[in-house]
Amino acid sequence: MTENDKASSRLTVADGALSAAIEVDHLVKVYKQTRAVDDISFSLARGTITGLLGGNGAGKTTTIAMIMGLVLPTSGRVRVLGHRMPEESADVLGRMNFESPYVDMPMRLTVRQNLTIFGKLYAVKDLSGRIAQLADDLDLNEFLDRSNGKLSAGQKTRVALAKALINQPELLLLDEPTASLDPDTADWVRAHLEAYRKAHNATILLASHNMLEVERLCDRVIIMKRGRIEDDDTPDAIMARYNRDTLEEVFLDVARGRSNGAPREAVR
Amino acid sequence: MSELALHRGLAMHRINAMILRYWYLLMSSWPRLLELLYWPALQVITWGFIQLYIAENANFFARAGGTLIGAVILWDILFRGQLGFSISFLEEMWARNIGNLMMSPLKPIEFLLALMVMSLIRLAIGVIPMTLLALFLFHFNFYSLGLPLIAFFCNLIFTSWAVGIFVSGLVLRNGLGAESIVWTLMFAIMPLACIYYPVSVLPGWLQVVAWMLPPTYVFEGMRALLIEHSFRADLMLAALVINAGLLAASFGAFLALLRSAKKHGSLLSSGE
Repeated sequence: MTENDKASSRLTVADGALSAAIEVDHLVKVYKQTRAVDDISFSLARGTITGLLGGNGAGKTTTIAMIMGLVLPTSGRVRVLGHRMPEESADVLGRMNFESPYVDMPMRLTVRQNLTIFGKLYAVKDLSGRIAQLADDLDLNEFLDRSNGKLSAGQKTRVALAKALINQPELLLLDEPTASLDPDTADWVRAHLEAYRKAHNATILLASHNMLEVERLCDRVIIMKRGRIEDDDTPDAIMARYNRDTLEEVFLDVARGRSNGAPREAVR
Repeated sequence: MSELALHRGLAMHRINAMILRYWYLLMSSWPRLLELLYWPALQVITWGFIQLYIAENANFFARAGGTLIGAVILWDILFRGQLGFSISFLEEMWARNIGNLMMSPLKPIEFLLALMVMSLIRLAIGVIPMTLLALFLFHFNFYSLGLPLIAFFCNLIFTSWAVGIFVSGLVLRNGLGAESIVWTLMFAIMPLACIYYPVSVLPGWLQVVAWMLPPTYVFEGMRALLIEHSFRADLMLAALVINAGLLAASFGAFLALLRSAKKHGSLLSSGE
């Protein structure tokens, strides 16, 4: 039985509270001649943080986009919070959120106006209270009434994170959440994500090139290469399997096709 | 953005949120407000003086007072209605905000309804001062057209929305490389809509094409009202039927183009 078969055999849980947060089953995306995502399957338990690693063009962003329903798969299935995507997206979009470098918040609007609009779109109760809470949590008060276009890169990232958390999502998809942040702010954002996961039992899937971030935050790591899953385990287990001390070294091994002496068959 | 899901009903709070978003934008930018005002004003002044000159030198136009300036105002309702719709849509593309909206619970129909409301607001900001200018400078009271004006307005705005919905779908599918279509498509129907001349001046085969366009009925109806002082309800009804078909077709095309954009990954790279 292949890994994909094992994963698909797990996709039997019916819709309901006990279903996985994300179930991906034999997912394929082909753009003309390119197989951006090539038959991947995985399932993420609720309340976990999973890192999606891989070099440029590995298929991370396309995978996340298919989970969000922004890109339609060529074949395969995606279920999010027990609902088929994109067919049942109306049932689930209000319960998830995302942050990505591929989107921006409107530049001319102030931070407060942007958060108000997204809060209304997500039907947030006591919206002004929620914005005040996010402003405190993410330290936005100083520039809450400033145009988004006049913020620094770090401030914009915090605002984008506030937008991603406005509806207190059960599932959070993050694409490079700490890119362009200084180490101090990045560390602070990671601490906030950890605290949010613990407080809300939220599920987080994050794509990142920052291996320290993944080591610190993630319960599980999925490594992708050329559209396929190269490895999938806890950070410690993966580092042990590759006989490496850091995920960065593992990443380089995978990117350069090395197994560092580890038996190849051990590398799933 | 969730699929159509009309059976779950529309959420007014989401439509209001989008209207609020465009209102904030409009109020935060004086160049955007100025743009709404200056071009219609320029149009009505230019065509108003042309009308005055012609009226002094030709008996027919003296008798048909207001046909040119009336046509200019009605054309602006059609053109500005579509631009008001499309520019609000383009603001999302320029701001790279479309992905945020697509990932939110906002439904396509709610998004389009908000764009329709914004086109009315933008139109009011531009066209009401235009009609006042026509009244004070050229003594042409646009509102003296009376109740038929409602029929003219509704038919023109429905056509402008149908075109706006279709071109928005094209931009979603093809990115900002298709932006020029937003600005120019309405001009493609301009010669056939017979804004400044009757349908009868067109060759027979082109008349058939012209009568497929709802604005043609409106401009013929306006001339009938101003020259013959008769309201052609039959023309307005025919335009309404065609508009209903156009709106349904444009909405279907928008959904198909949105699906195609998702299939081709266009929503991840909404640039050129």
